[in-house]
Amino acid sequence: MKNPDETMRSASSVLGCCAEGDSPSPPAGACTVRVALVGQPNVGKSTVFNLLTGLNQHVGNWPGKTVERKEGIHRCDGVDIQIVDLPGTYSLTANSLEERITRDYIIRERPDVVVMVADAASLERNLYLLSEILCLPAPVVLALNMIDVAQQQGLGIEPHVLEAALGLPVVPMVASKNQGVRELVDTVLRVYREGQRGVCRPDIREDHRQVLAEIADLIAGSVPEPYPEDWVALKMLEGDEEITEMMRARLSPEQWERVHRVLMRHEDAILAIAGGRYEWVRRMTRAALTVPKAGQITLTDRIDKVATHPLWGLFVLLGVLGAIFWLTYTIGSPIQAFLDTYLVQAGAEWVRTALSGAPWWVVGLLADGVIGGAGMVLTFLPILVIFFAVLGALEDIGYMARAAYVMDRFMHLMGLHGKSFLPLFLGFGCNVPAVMGARIVDSPKARLLTILVAPLVPCTARMAVVAVLAPIFFGSAAIWVSWGLIALSLVVLAVAGIALHELVLGGEHVAFIMELPLYHQPNARTIGLSVWQRTMGFVRKAGTIILIVSVVVWALSVLPHGQVDTSYLAAVGRFLTPLGALLGVGWQMMVALLTSFVAKENTIATLSVLLGAGAEGAGLAQVLPTLLTPASALAFLIVQVLFIPCAATVATIRQETGSWKWTALSVGMLFVISFTVGIGAYQLARLVGWGV
Amino acid sequence: MRTTNHTLAQDTALKSGQRITLSALPSGNTGTVAELQGGRGFTTRMAALGFTPGASVTMMQNFGRGPVIVLVRGTRIALGRGEAERVWITLNGDKSHEESR
Repeated sequence: MKNPDETMRSASSVLGCCAEGDSPSPPAGACTVRVALVGQPNVGKSTVFNLLTGLNQHVGNWPGKTVERKEGIHRCDGVDIQIVDLPGTYSLTANSLEERITRDYIIRERPDVVVMVADAASLERNLYLLSEILCLPAPVVLALNMIDVAQQQGLGIEPHVLEAALGLPVVPMVASKNQGVRELVDTVLRVYREGQRGVCRPDIREDHRQVLAEIADLIAGSVPEPYPEDWVALKMLEGDEEITEMMRARLSPEQWERVHRVLMRHEDAILAIAGGRYEWVRRMTRAALTVPKAGQITLTDRIDKVATHPLWGLFVLLGVLGAIFWLTYTIGSPIQAFLDTYLVQAGAEWVRTALSGAPWWVVGLLADGVIGGAGMVLTFLPILVIFFAVLGALEDIGYMARAAYVMDRFMHLMGLHGKSFLPLFLGFGCNVPAVMGARIVDSPKARLLTILVAPLVPCTARMAVVAVLAPIFFGSAAIWVSWGLIALSLVVLAVAGIALHELVLGGEHVAFIMELPLYHQPNARTIGLSVWQRTMGFVRKAGTIILIVSVVVWALSVLPHGQVDTSYLAAVGRFLTPLGALLGVGWQMMVALLTSFVAKENTIATLSVLLGAGAEGAGLAQVLPTLLTPASALAFLIVQVLFIPCAATVATIRQETGSWKWTALSVGMLFVISFTVGIGAYQLARLVGWGV
Repeated sequence: MRTTNHTLAQDTALKSGQRITLSALPSGNTGTVAELQGGRGFTTRMAALGFTPGASVTMMQNFGRGPVIVLVRGTRIALGRGEAERVWITLNGDKSHEESR
């Protein structure tokens, strides 16, 4: 399986730009080494990537796919190392989008060096992926990460012995402590310059060798570039759908018939092949790895005794969630209030003074549209940053996988499994990352279901509206109203989930298979970058979609006569009066609800404008009780909490589902649900004579 | 025949060498993967994680309902109950029994 151009490339690079010596120095940036980072999930691959690239990275999507693509550059001794962080995968069979992307990249883009990051503490399973990568035409360097964790586990690993067995460079690392990075870079450059030969590639087991040769014979000459023929034969034997489909289209019907007959005879070959790979792994690690006697109780076991217990685990989870909320709101809310007063309101005031000579619409546009709309949304950043940081730390420690496990029982009730819990929980911060976070759910249908119910998680912004309005009507009972609204949202979420399970999945069972990583010390850098990326995603939305819609809504609220009462927006609100009447609210409330589509906090801003209560909403406390009864206020809050997600979330739903149909369904569903529940509550209150 | 494994629940009368589903394996016990049932997608995913025939699996947590945690090839894997029911294992007992079979 020797790749002919490996030797060619190593020869040319000696002559080329990377050679030190008398040759004329190449133009800057001419020498670039393209490196692909591969590895299974939870092996610290992102930590390695972040160490190498720092903030010098670009996060986007793979073309046409909802899988994150991370690219970055590491500069070292005048060489640009271009690093692509391929998605984490356990194997390279076309089971998931991630796996397809990873193998397609290696086969089609031909990186100069593939760095496989492995978790030294579960070497056996990690080398399974290596056994698959070695079948692809690329030089490989094995980065043995988390050597320290392996030692804590009592594992004895000798990298040199492993290196000798595999015939490829092995670099021991502790990425979380910045150890081994320099060595890794040096090794990558060495392999790039010198090429790689003498690698011990896994062989297929005796009993299937014959069949494999038979398939390879049958497809010889028909395999498209740049796929290696024997790899395609192996994948077909494994029953890989994508490759089999590709070959079916290329072979003549007679040829396909013959191949198909062979494949049908060996339908369960995958188990034998996988077993063979694990045998190879065992052979490779026999001398290099010493495993302690079984029966040792590790720290992970001790923590898990409580953390994954069906009952205690639930208490732990509730405690952790409670602590997150407490921390977020105790620290975050005062900062948000501070920014609101001193940045948004002061900023708007400053604009009014500074531009007092400008036309009214310029001032309005800047002060009310831009600062009051998009600026207001940005004041929620501190709350989000704290929320994301705590969540990121829990993820990095390894706890979030346990939370998913504990929640699995409950998530099953609505046809989801534990993994969906993580993105849904993110939703308490902001629904945008929640919808995007649904990517971790491996089945496409379960992912869709998670996305559809995610907007029912009450986000920070919605709860902020409740925090302003509830005390006006319910005084000291406001806190119970808030908790009640959160509980109501979650009940509605569960009911919607159960109903959608039938619709989306047809009641189909979703497999729950998840690794529980060992607990380990959190790494500030990893957490910092995850917070940075999640937050920047939100800021980018605020700067684009939210900004545009804020301006549009502001325009609708002043056109055509510069007065809110006679504006187009008011006309829409009046049109919706019959619907509002069922809730016991007037047109102003309906308009406030509509503008919450821009950003949930807008409810307050709109009411302030409509009721002429002053920008800071302080006057609302006097005006609102004259307009609403407690019963209709409660109904209004219910609708507002369950209402259509904000524009940014809707845009994200469209982007992640890739379908207007599901986006429309999501919006329609939430519209119907919110009014049904709200009207129901109001009519019930009237019936029993409460708060009318 | 004698079963040395005391952690096996007395009343379930599980014997080493017996074929059961992974979901029926009590916490603390070990078995050997015999067969995976279910579609190809399920089989390939499980095989990649180390569930191949002949692999040793230890039950870390099984409360009789809900998901389970097993240790396979040095990694803890959480499996939904439905998934654990599709993995057939041979119960490990003492060596002499295995050999006398």
